[in-house]
Amino acid sequence: MPKLYSGAEIVFKCLEDQNVSHIFGYPGGAVLPIYDELKNFNSIKHILVRHEQGAGHAAEGYARSSGKPGVLLVTSGPGATNAVTALTDAYMDSVPLVCITGQVPTHLIGTDAFQECDTTGITRPCTKHNWLVKDINDLAEIMHKAFEVATTGRPGPVLVDIPKDIQFQKTKYKNYRKVKKLNGKSHDNFSQKNIDELIKLISKAKKPIFYTGGGVINSGPKASELLRELVYATGFPITSTLQGLGCFPADDNQFLGMLGMHGTYEANNAMYSCDLMINIGARFDDRITGKIDEFSPKSKKVHIDIDPSSINKNVKVDLPIVGDIKSVLTSTLKTLKKSKKNFSKSNKHQISNWWEKIQKWRSKRSLDYIGSEETIKPQYAIERLYELTKDRDTYITTEVGQHQMWAAQHYKFNKPNRWMTSGGLGTMGYGLPAAVGVQIAHPKKLVVDIAGEASVLMTMQEMSTAVQYNLPIKIFILNNEYMGMVRQWQELLHDKNYSESYTAALPDFVKMAEAYGCVGMRAKTPEELDDKIIDMLNTDRPVIFDCLVDKQENCFPMIPSGKPHNQMLLGPKDQKDKKITGKGRTLV
Amino acid sequence: MANSKSAYSIAGKKQKNDTHIIVVWVDNEAGVLARVVGLFSGRGYNIESLAVAEVDQKENISRITIVTTGTPQVVDQIKLQLKKLVPVHKVADFKREDKNVIFKEMALFKFVANNEKLIKAFKACKNFNPVILDETKKSKVIQITALRREIDKMSKNLTKFGLVSVSRTGAVAMTRGSDVFK
Repeated sequence: MPKLYSGAEIVFKCLEDQNVSHIFGYPGGAVLPIYDELKNFNSIKHILVRHEQGAGHAAEGYARSSGKPGVLLVTSGPGATNAVTALTDAYMDSVPLVCITGQVPTHLIGTDAFQECDTTGITRPCTKHNWLVKDINDLAEIMHKAFEVATTGRPGPVLVDIPKDIQFQKTKYKNYRKVKKLNGKSHDNFSQKNIDELIKLISKAKKPIFYTGGGVINSGPKASELLRELVYATGFPITSTLQGLGCFPADDNQFLGMLGMHGTYEANNAMYSCDLMINIGARFDDRITGKIDEFSPKSKKVHIDIDPSSINKNVKVDLPIVGDIKSVLTSTLKTLKKSKKNFSKSNKHQISNWWEKIQKWRSKRSLDYIGSEETIKPQYAIERLYELTKDRDTYITTEVGQHQMWAAQHYKFNKPNRWMTSGGLGTMGYGLPAAVGVQIAHPKKLVVDIAGEASVLMTMQEMSTAVQYNLPIKIFILNNEYMGMVRQWQELLHDKNYSESYTAALPDFVKMAEAYGCVGMRAKTPEELDDKIIDMLNTDRPVIFDCLVDKQENCFPMIPSGKPHNQMLLGPKDQKDKKITGKGRTLV
Repeated sequence: MANSKSAYSIAGKKQKNDTHIIVVWVDNEAGVLARVVGLFSGRGYNIESLAVAEVDQKENISRITIVTTGTPQVVDQIKLQLKKLVPVHKVADFKREDKNVIFKEMALFKFVANNEKLIKAFKACKNFNPVILDETKKSKVIQITALRREIDKMSKNLTKFGLVSVSRTGAVAMTRGSDVFK
């Protein structure tokens, strides 16, 4: 007779078969049988967080920096509802997560039992799929399917809800065999004809641009390599969304910087004026397009995406190509090399006017800011952080707000999977737990959370996790005492009525660090900044770095709401030249 | 343009709405209807009517027929989003005007009136395959099958014959001829 395993054992057998090495979680009544089994599975290490949202974001950080799915294990009721923010965040940013939740025993479901909630009902809109396991014999199959759904096609979160009695029941465990096709959900739907059309458009274009996004990173490191090859082979300019940063080297001359609401002048103007836009793994988000009616009015648009529902959702495109970026780029390069040898040379003349125009836009230097000797400008802080860390393989996470945009603008990424930020959902409090997850996946690497003082307080409790597991994460807080982005919008759009955006009673972050058992540092002047950052980098423990920055600084350039790309608001330097000051700015 | 006090863009021009019938073949499992309906409500799509039942017991497949309105772009999105759901096998979409597709709804009418009116009521239904399902001296329950707007009209016109209660289904659809949607 074959050996019988309990539901709890099967959960771990499945995790073992899926090569899971770390899970993030928090115990509770409805998952105790699973926690009880933990001791028997040495290959799986459990990271105890301090809040289930932290488990979710840590799993996201782990997944985005490693390319493997992140796994979290939480209890029923509040455990599950606390994880909802992280699941929604992962859903918006296409991060593969497998969330295992405990549930009250099956006979109590529907009775409003202690710590019961309709977990599958609550998480239905924020997962790719979820399952309530009602029969022990389905458990193994569901667990494996969960991993498959999370990681195939456009990745995303899934949830498996396991009632407590199922965790105790016993059944056989069949060895896992990978199924090829998932209910007819195929992903590579493009044909050579699509590629030929793309090559035709590429060879005709006079004002082309690549617009790349997180899909390139999700397609794996090979996709980024292929992208670089294609961009060099064509000689075209390239811009990237917030999530796509790192798939093309930021210090390369062909890179125009990030586009969108806080993107560079050259990237946004090039998007507006181009005649061929090749979208690779981006989704025409509203932070990117601005006013949709006037979005890139004269261009032919190509959209390469693995998710057919992303195509023609916000912007109508001329050539849709549904497929995995890696395979589409492979075919494109193959065809390009075959039909047009030395294309970048032969094509140089055709796009030379375009490059001249781009250089003109570039010469505006839209990321410039007015420096200061007295106060630390937040942009300067990030520039210094970049200069002092660029020789190491650094992983950056962020919270959400001005600091996030400054980090995207001024920190230069050269490799994929090095930049973890909450783009779609915009979750304040993402960065610190994400840094925990990144450090777990890359124990020897430098992991910095570029944070704002308001965001970081939302999940500050996870410092305790970092201390427990000796994770030397660096929390680099740009402290301006305001919810900076809220303040900026209030300044620009609500007549400087700074309603509730100032935090009047902030904790002393240095003392706080000490209370957590890690290291606190503070920088007040530009003069001491470098030394302090070097101190931080040389500390092999978790650090909270309180960087006191200019309280009034705004994040520019910026496309104001409801405006197209060619009507950007530039920084204070430019505005002084144009004599738009004070009140005028609020009217733009 | 006026100064927008919003972090979001302003809604663009509204396109014309069309009525579509979307047919979805799904695994008949717990929560599948909630997934489909939740997708509609969550993304702000309309549901005008809904009909759902298992059609293949062996394969455990249910067929959901949804009447919806939307711009061509929205209808495309509905289809593509539905196809992403794990228990969904295939999705068909027909325009209401499509001559190659049959649409039918069923309605049950209860009349309480004198005999003369009850006879008139039955006659008034004669174009819509009326079937008398229940009959007493004072009442009749009549089943008809027709198009949505025909039933709308009927239920309005029949009040004078003693119509006291209406129960109706959502539309179901099928293509004409020998072709089967794959």
